[in-house]
Amino acid sequence: MASSSKKSAPTEPTLWDEGVKGIWRENPVFIAVLGLCPAMAVTNSLINGVVMGAATTFVLVGASLFVSLLRHVIPKPVRISIYIIIIATFVTIVDFALAAYMPAAHRELGAFIALIVVNCLILGRQEAFASRNKVGPSLADAVGMSLGFTLALVMIGGIREVLGSGTLGGVPVFGADPSLPSEGVAVFEPWVIMVLPPGGFLTLGVLLTIFAYLKNASAERKKQEMAASPDSARRS
Amino acid sequence: MTAPASDEPSSARLVLSLGLAGLLSGLALVGVYLETKPLIEENQAAYLREKVFELLPGSVSIAAHVVRDGELVLFEGEPAALAGEDVVYAGLDADGQVIGNAIPAQGPGFQDTIRLIYGYDPTRRVVVGMRVLESKETPGLGDKIAKDPTFLANFAALAVEPQVLAVKAGEGTEPNHVDCITGATISSKAVVDIINGSIEQWLPVFNAEGGS
Repeated sequence: MASSSKKSAPTEPTLWDEGVKGIWRENPVFIAVLGLCPAMAVTNSLINGVVMGAATTFVLVGASLFVSLLRHVIPKPVRISIYIIIIATFVTIVDFALAAYMPAAHRELGAFIALIVVNCLILGRQEAFASRNKVGPSLADAVGMSLGFTLALVMIGGIREVLGSGTLGGVPVFGADPSLPSEGVAVFEPWVIMVLPPGGFLTLGVLLTIFAYLKNASAERKKQEMAASPDSARRS
Repeated sequence: MTAPASDEPSSARLVLSLGLAGLLSGLALVGVYLETKPLIEENQAAYLREKVFELLPGSVSIAAHVVRDGELVLFEGEPAALAGEDVVYAGLDADGQVIGNAIPAQGPGFQDTIRLIYGYDPTRRVVVGMRVLESKETPGLGDKIAKDPTFLANFAALAVEPQVLAVKAGEGTEPNHVDCITGATISSKAVVDIINGSIEQWLPVFNAEGGS
């Protein structure tokens, strides 16, 4: 299998391709629009986004590993139930582990950790990818998707925390107390709405728009390149 | 029907697969649970102690008291045996004198049970502080009951008689008034209700103590 990463690349995606596609081209939140519940519910601060991303990464990679390993053993009619059992097991492990080793983070996110089970991103990757591919590509896919998901959560969490609380990662970015006037001018009044649910929708909406614009722009560019060289267009 | 096709697995196989998956998952979880349980309990106990010291500044050690026949007695068993007991944690100074009492209490919040602990001074009959131990209130709104300094300041010297009252933000005038957090009225009121309920339960005990 290792020899397949030669020149015939376009047909046979390499592990690297499987890995990076989740970060940008098929980003689970911004492009596939999956896993929005955690993407909005917990992301009112940067650190929450990081912890949620890490927890989801553990679950997604673990579940993909097992689903891929067992893909020939799991009977088709009950595969979804078995995926859920595998996912729920990993989620519960994360829950216990956080409570044991990161009690502060667990106090903050406890309610949302259990909900990772129903994150459609995780089940989606099992059904669409891990159950049809070998362990290597499945792990690469899971790692890439997790990174993309974490990246999205961190972006949303960062934006909401800066605008909603005037801090980033708990560190004030507009001076010690942003709502207090500094030298006679109120530097920054935190937009409380940004840490509330509507702030999640607003942030996500703006980011989705930006991503859709970038995607369209790059598709447009490709089309023009094709038109510029009709030779290559005919061949593909 | 006679020769089972490979893409139509038999019911027995389905049941077996699901059962096996559940069994293995259960075993894995039991292992992780046993592994993390002592740590989790340790964390909770440490957090509780931290909050007791916060509520009763000046105390150097903590003694757990439980009620036996209507009287407070020192609890001398394993801390794990306290589960399910009604406990009062007394903060002791270097000479072993009781500085104050911290009482854990719990009750329904907006989403799930709120567990909190409050400092109580039986002679002055005031609450001297409140800390939330565990809550799942709405992030950004209800969870302010644990963090909002203005809200927590309500409990610094809060009269409990006739009872604690939750009032609108900024309208607290009496010593037994608690200003609710704007946008988190239900969570704020839940905290007040929990404290009222707990005081009602403990007042007779403390009164008996004071009388003897």
